[in-house]
Amino acid sequence: MCLGIPGKIVKIYEKNGLQMGEIDFGGVTREACLQYVPEAKVGDYTLIHVGFAISLLSESEAAETLAYVREIAELGDELGK
Amino acid sequence: MKYLSEFRDAGLVNGIIDQIKRIVTKKWILMEICGGQTHAIIRYGLDQLLPSEIELVHGPGCPVCVTSLELIDKALAIAARPEVIFTSYGDMLRVPGSGKDLFQVRAEGGDVRVVYSPLDALKIAEENPDREVVFFAIGFETTAPANAMSVLQAKTRRVENFSVLVSHVCVPPAMDAILASGRNRVQGFLAAGHVCAVMGYWEYPPIAEKYGVPITVTGFEPLDILQGILITVRNLERGNKVVANAYSRAVTFEGNRPAQEIIKQVFKTCDRNWRGIGMIPRSGWCLRPEFRAFDAEIRFPVSQIKSEESRDCIAGEILQGLRKPFDCPAFGRICTPANPLGATMVSSEGACAAYYKYQPVRQR
Repeated sequence: MCLGIPGKIVKIYEKNGLQMGEIDFGGVTREACLQYVPEAKVGDYTLIHVGFAISLLSESEAAETLAYVREIAELGDELGK
Repeated sequence: MKYLSEFRDAGLVNGIIDQIKRIVTKKWILMEICGGQTHAIIRYGLDQLLPSEIELVHGPGCPVCVTSLELIDKALAIAARPEVIFTSYGDMLRVPGSGKDLFQVRAEGGDVRVVYSPLDALKIAEENPDREVVFFAIGFETTAPANAMSVLQAKTRRVENFSVLVSHVCVPPAMDAILASGRNRVQGFLAAGHVCAVMGYWEYPPIAEKYGVPITVTGFEPLDILQGILITVRNLERGNKVVANAYSRAVTFEGNRPAQEIIKQVFKTCDRNWRGIGMIPRSGWCLRPEFRAFDAEIRFPVSQIKSEESRDCIAGEILQGLRKPFDCPAFGRICTPANPLGATMVSSEGACAAYYKYQPVRQR
C-alpha cells in the first residue's frame, strides 16, 4: 500500500489549480500530482505514491549511502570474511 | 532503473550480511513496521540470510489488514446501493467482511471500481454527476496527503456527488501500543520509510526514549532493509536507544511540510479501531467538521451492522508480532489467497500472503 516508485520528472504543468507532472518510470510515463514538492524541477527524481509525489530523491544522499555500504562490504573483504 | 537496481546489488547485500554477522553477539527481535518491507524481506529471502540471532517479526503496517471489519461491512453496504459508484484501491476488493467482499458486491450488480489515485475517483464523480461517487480512503500517513487533496479539491471544485469513507491510521500510536503491551517481544524497530517521507521522524525520539528501543528509518530495497537492520543491531549491541535514518535519499527529519499542512487542514486525530488489534486511542485521522459534507458515513447512514470475525484467523496476533503465519493451523490449508479468512492473507502487503507467495514450502 505504501509503495513509492522512483521516477524522473519530464514535464511540469498546471491542471485544476494543481501542479502536475509527467513522470518517467524507466520508460513508462504517467501523470502525477507535484503539489507537495513545489521545489521540483524537470529532471529531478521523485517518489510517487498513489499518483502523488511525496518526496524528491536526493542524489547526494543516495551516493553517500552507497559509498557507506561499499565501505562496509570492502571492510569484510579486507578482514578475509 | 535509477534508485532501484543499485540498491539490489547482490555483492553489497552479502557484504552487509557479513558485517551484521560480525557485530551480533546475542539474540535480538526486530520488527519491520511496513507490510511493503515484510514483502521485500520474504521475497528476497533476507530473513534466511541473516544470522540466527536476529529474528524479524512483522508489524501492523498494512492498511488493508487493519481496516476494521465494521468499516468494511459499511463499505459493502454503501457499495451495494444502486446510486453509488464505489471506488477503492485494488487491494481492498478481496478483503473479507463479515459476509462477503467488494468483488462479490460487484458480481451482484454493485458498481465497484478500482482507482490508482483518489484524483481518479474525483474525475469519475465529475464525469457522472447523476451518481454518488464514494472513495474508500484507507491508508497510513503515506496515503493521507493524496486522500486529503481529493477532499480539498472536491470542496474547491464543488464536486458535491463525491464523498469519502475514511479509515486513516497512524504509525506512532501503533508502535506505542505494541511496546506498551505486556506480551511485547520487540526490541528494535525498522520504521516505515514512506510514512517518514511524508511525516519525517520527529515523532519517534520520544518513543525510543520512553521504551528504550532503537528505531531506524528504513527503505524498501534489499540494501535499504539490510542497512536498517545493521544500524538497529549495532545500536542494540551498544545500548544506544536512538532514532537513526537509513533512508536519507527520501526522508528528512521534518518530512514533507506542505503535505503535513494539507493533512492537518482536512483531518483531525481520532480514536481508531484496528482489525485484529482493537481500539488504539488517538491512532487515526478522520475528517474535520468543515468537511462533513464529504463524509460518506454521514451521507449514507448504515446501521444495524453485526460484524463477525473468523474464529480460525490469528491475523491480530501476527500484526502485533506475537506469532508468525506458519503458527496458524489454517495457513495454506483452509486459508489461502483464493479463499482468505483474514486480511493478512489478502493484501499484497499482508504477512500471510507474503509467506504463501514466496515461501510456501519453508519448514516451520
